[in-house]
Amino acid sequence: MTLQHYLVISAILFTLGVFAVLTRRNAISILMGIELILNSCNLNFAAFSRFMTPAEDINGQIIAIFGIVLAAAEAAVFLAIILAIYREFGTIQPDQTDTLKG
Amino acid sequence: MTSLTNIQSIPYFIPELILVVFAVGAILLDLVNRGRNTERVAYLALVGVAATLIAVIAVGSSEKSLFLGMIRLDSFAVFFKIIILVATAVTVIFSIKSEELDPRMKGEYYALLIAVTFGMFLMVSSKNLLMIFISLETVSLTSYILAGFLTHNPRSSEAAFKYITYGAVASGTMLFGFSLLFGLTGTGDVVQISHRLTEMFSAGEAYPLVVLVIITFILAGIGYKMASVPFHMWSPDVYEGAPIPITAFLSVASKAAGFALFIRLFYSTFQASNIVGSVDWSLMLSIVSALTMTLGNLAALPQQNVKRLLAYSSIAHGGYLLMGATLLTPEGIQAILFYFITYLFMNLGAFFVVVLIANELGSETIDGYRNLWSRAPFVAVSMAIFLFSLTGIPPLAGFFGKWWLFMAVIKQELYWLAVVGLLNSVVSLYYYARIVKAMFLESSDETDAISFSWGNLALLVVFVVPTIIIGFWNTVYEVSRASLGRIVG
Repeated sequence: MTLQHYLVISAILFTLGVFAVLTRRNAISILMGIELILNSCNLNFAAFSRFMTPAEDINGQIIAIFGIVLAAAEAAVFLAIILAIYREFGTIQPDQTDTLKG
Repeated sequence: MTSLTNIQSIPYFIPELILVVFAVGAILLDLVNRGRNTERVAYLALVGVAATLIAVIAVGSSEKSLFLGMIRLDSFAVFFKIIILVATAVTVIFSIKSEELDPRMKGEYYALLIAVTFGMFLMVSSKNLLMIFISLETVSLTSYILAGFLTHNPRSSEAAFKYITYGAVASGTMLFGFSLLFGLTGTGDVVQISHRLTEMFSAGEAYPLVVLVIITFILAGIGYKMASVPFHMWSPDVYEGAPIPITAFLSVASKAAGFALFIRLFYSTFQASNIVGSVDWSLMLSIVSALTMTLGNLAALPQQNVKRLLAYSSIAHGGYLLMGATLLTPEGIQAILFYFITYLFMNLGAFFVVVLIANELGSETIDGYRNLWSRAPFVAVSMAIFLFSLTGIPPLAGFFGKWWLFMAVIKQELYWLAVVGLLNSVVSLYYYARIVKAMFLESSDETDAISFSWGNLALLVVFVVPTIIIGFWNTVYEVSRASLGRIVG
């Protein structure tokens, strides 16, 4: 496995994430897309840290760990907001929650 | 440039620590009170903000790097910290007055407000990619919760939902850009990144396309905080749906923190002339700036809801501010700093009138402002002053803010941008004047006078007076010049 392999995988993950956010009609699937985006970044950081910097320099891996923590926090807030949306609208489809526009 | 260790840094970190103590204190006080007497929590929050303000001024700017180079304490950071603290204090006061918030929930609301202020403090001073991302997420996650705080109002929940969807994608995209930047340079520190990039470009080893992709990805994250085109879509919906005090807070404090972060990151990382020479992000930004103000102003024209109108106006003001950031000159940054002082007073003032009217009349539409002149003359005149200042009509503060921005642009011979900015100011007069026309010239069925408490009127004066006099007050301009300091270092 070289750096290129990791970068290609993370680029694919990122694109899939953006694709999911743009096309999915369900808030949970959008959350999954966001998680894919964040994880592709973590993979990037870890791979760069392993291949591009000296072995004792673990800054990239530390950033990846923080990335995981923040992704978890974001998922928690997102799910709470989805819950509030469901209570108010009875659906979690973004195209049906459209009282604000113009 | 010395960077202090963790222990050595603590004395310089006292303002932030005070904020943390008061955020925890607010939660505890709310628990002890069991959701009653939430005004006490508000006063505790105000005391916290005042104590932090004193600490910020007492600690001052020492031009030092703290926590092993994670954050930087300079006059630029101190300037924005004070702007953010004033906005927070005003938001707490608005929230006490506002009647749309559930009184039982207000306790944790104030705790969150202090937490978001803490995040913004880190945002304006961080100089490491990791710290930038963490602080941005701290601010974002708390803002999402605050935007959706009216749990029994569908519009508020929807605003929070749209906010977090756009925000999460934007910050994820930014993190991807950060990861590429980290891979390219092997470090997270913005100053070292700048050195490596400059070396690469002068040795001819760099790939401009990669740097262009990185800059675009990073702009997605920060542009969303600054609400610049094309990452502005969340802001009208969020501003309309969120509680009014939070809208006011987001439109001033969040925007200020976003600009501070943007200026520090871009001016320390990508400013070197050989980088700008091969990847002209400054031209890219000036186009974004022109689009942002044009779209903001044009979209504001047909709005009937005053909150939404002010949201689009705030997008347009973001566009004006971006003009200063594209110039790569100290004058441009200085003009931005000065503009933020004026924007603080005129925009918060306009939002305060919106809070007052929403409380008294329950209306957020322009129709609700009809005949306000005969019903509440002082409020109507104040609102007119804020709106004309936002337009940039002399001799009000907004005029001087725009004056310095346009002067900086003209000095760099970016004439087309200055012309676009001027035309936009003319367009903006139309929609601001619509509110003024409703207040002064249109009659309505309701004619009985509305009485406001003395406290509210006194607070209104606190916004009106600076809006009138700031432009003539040389000290303010000196302060913004002195705050420039050395951003890079």
